[in-house]
Amino acid sequence: MTKTVTDVICPFCGTLCDDLEVVVSDDGKKLLEVYNACAIGAEKFLHSQAKDRITRPRMRQDDGSWKEITYDEAIEYTAKMLADAKKPLMYGWSSTNCEAQATGSELGEIVGAVMDNTATVCHGTSLIAVQDIGIPSCTLGEVKNRADRIVFWGCNPAHAHPRHMSRYSIFPRGFFTGKGHTGRKVIVVDPRPTDTASVADVHLQVEQGRDYELLNAFRVAFKGEKLPDVVAGIPKEKIYEAAETLKSGRFVIIFFGMGVTQSLGKNHNIDEAIAVTRDLNEYTKAAIMPMRGHYNVTGSGQVWGWLFGFPYAVDLSRGFARYNPGETTSNDLLRRDEVDAVFVLGSDPGAHFPFSSVKKIYDLPSVAIDPHETPTTEVCKVHVPVAFVGVEIGGCAYRMDNVPIETRKVVEPPEGMMTDEEFLGRVLARVKEIKGV
Amino acid sequence: METVTLTIKNQPGLYLEADTITPDAFAGKKAEEIAGLPVYVGRDEHKLGEFFEISGKAGATAAETKIVVKGDLSRVKYIGMKMTAGEIVVDGNADMYVGAWMQGGKITVNGNVDAFAGTGMKGGELIIKGNAGNYLGAAYRGDWRGMSGGKITVAGNAGSDLGTFMTGGEIVVGGDVDVHVATHAEGGKIVIKGNAKSRLGGQMVEGEIYVFGNIDVMMPGFAYREDVDIEVDGTKGRFALYEGDLGERHRKRKGQTIYAKLYQQIRA
Repeated sequence: MTKTVTDVICPFCGTLCDDLEVVVSDDGKKLLEVYNACAIGAEKFLHSQAKDRITRPRMRQDDGSWKEITYDEAIEYTAKMLADAKKPLMYGWSSTNCEAQATGSELGEIVGAVMDNTATVCHGTSLIAVQDIGIPSCTLGEVKNRADRIVFWGCNPAHAHPRHMSRYSIFPRGFFTGKGHTGRKVIVVDPRPTDTASVADVHLQVEQGRDYELLNAFRVAFKGEKLPDVVAGIPKEKIYEAAETLKSGRFVIIFFGMGVTQSLGKNHNIDEAIAVTRDLNEYTKAAIMPMRGHYNVTGSGQVWGWLFGFPYAVDLSRGFARYNPGETTSNDLLRRDEVDAVFVLGSDPGAHFPFSSVKKIYDLPSVAIDPHETPTTEVCKVHVPVAFVGVEIGGCAYRMDNVPIETRKVVEPPEGMMTDEEFLGRVLARVKEIKGV
Repeated sequence: METVTLTIKNQPGLYLEADTITPDAFAGKKAEEIAGLPVYVGRDEHKLGEFFEISGKAGATAAETKIVVKGDLSRVKYIGMKMTAGEIVVDGNADMYVGAWMQGGKITVNGNVDAFAGTGMKGGELIIKGNAGNYLGAAYRGDWRGMSGGKITVAGNAGSDLGTFMTGGEIVVGGDVDVHVATHAEGGKIVIKGNAKSRLGGQMVEGEIYVFGNIDVMMPGFAYREDVDIEVDGTKGRFALYEGDLGERHRKRKGQTIYAKLYQQIRA
């Protein structure tokens, strides 16, 4: 016999789909099938059942091979590494629950760490812009029920957030959007003809790295001022026309992604995009939202926001929180040799950071906490496998629109495996012992 | 004026946070007392004397104190932070935050500085003989009031995000600059004697930018108005005047909208 668990939350991307159905064995120990999820989400659930899954911590030996160690030994190594370091980097935090993030923050404060999350190579620049000029935003529910002008700027949800378009942005029929996609106009701004662009009414194929200029041109167009003949590779007639399309909508939503946050100008692109949204509110209702990647990167920003006042790149080394991306961001710290130990949890910098930074991690004392074997675990000295959050343990996560959703446990983790929160709690207790606090 | 000379003898393992290297902190102190001032490496507090050889003595007040810092200071942050008077000469390269939030006095760096030099500067003079990093004379993160007074002179090149949120004061760059100049500025004057790339005056409300060389891409929000003959930093010439950012908010004076001004030298 099997049983079906309904209304399961998907712990993959920031869309945090909440309508999955998971079939588990009667004893709740095996996960058999996943329904309603996208291919990536389903794979995340099924991967917890992998036969070759690593279930015990491992330590790198001098000859490069792994040796299995106990959780106690891993806790001891991690606690000593953090207690000995003058300025450890504690990075990741985006693929775990808020409870683990809070415990990790307490640990970071005691050891004087720099706490940074994956926003540092993702939407951190959006957070800088928000801090500079604020943000008029909304929830995905409002988008579904109200939005009739959808802009995807520098993002490709068809591949990165596969169910976003069907659940919230393009296709759903909502309270005031009964016609579904036929009542909506979709504008995609992307240098490439992406799969998202192929379903758009208008594709503005912006010249690579000229988003800031194009956004500025929209603002000039809204005000009815004169534009140069071509801006960012787009003829001015198309810009005026797109500006009118936006102004004539009842509710405009701008979604943006890595294409603008991590290309030339970074935070300035978002700053100008927020200004575009603000300007649009003089004609209609408009909102803007970052397409957050990891399922709980938004949550780590929330947790640190309420604990430290800053959403990422928080330097606690001097006992108070400091924040200055460019100095306290992971890649700058690694590049400049500003940190002397690296702790990674719930992220894969080995795959996402520049190779020069990954080499620095390899050279330093380092621990990676991750259910999977990843490029990061390959360069770290100790790998601690843990239970999958949202599959084998519940906990709070924040969707990309800052709505908190409680994830659910659907299956038991392999016997004797720790969760992120348990492991961090044990390391915290040991660090307190070492430091005598 | 009394002079204190600091010569670096031990490089820090990580980076040294030395916000105590200011005439204000040194004033009225002898060499031994200065050696006891706190500095930080990561979470550990150290004494200035552990890293520097210190000779001479400080004047009675900050204004009567000159500090000469010698050696490789490329791992030392915050030199001259928040200083109000006196003088600092840095003989070598310095790291981040040189003269950040400075209010008065003079800093001369005979080398390069890293990012965030002159952050939120209010007054005084900062002279950099080499190159400057990113965020020169910019606002601190999240602050909408950037550099408001004083003068920064760079002989070499400057990085990106020059004078962000500037409200007053002057920055003169002898060489080239990277992207984003005077973003969100509401005043102040920036002179670029070399070339600029793109995004000059984006979201700029008021203030002036002068460029002697090329601009790769002009912001669409800047419109050409007229040619003018003016003198800039000792150079007379004909400049094309652009006004903008047309997409941004602007105040009015006597019914006229006041725009930020961008001047580009016209070369025959």
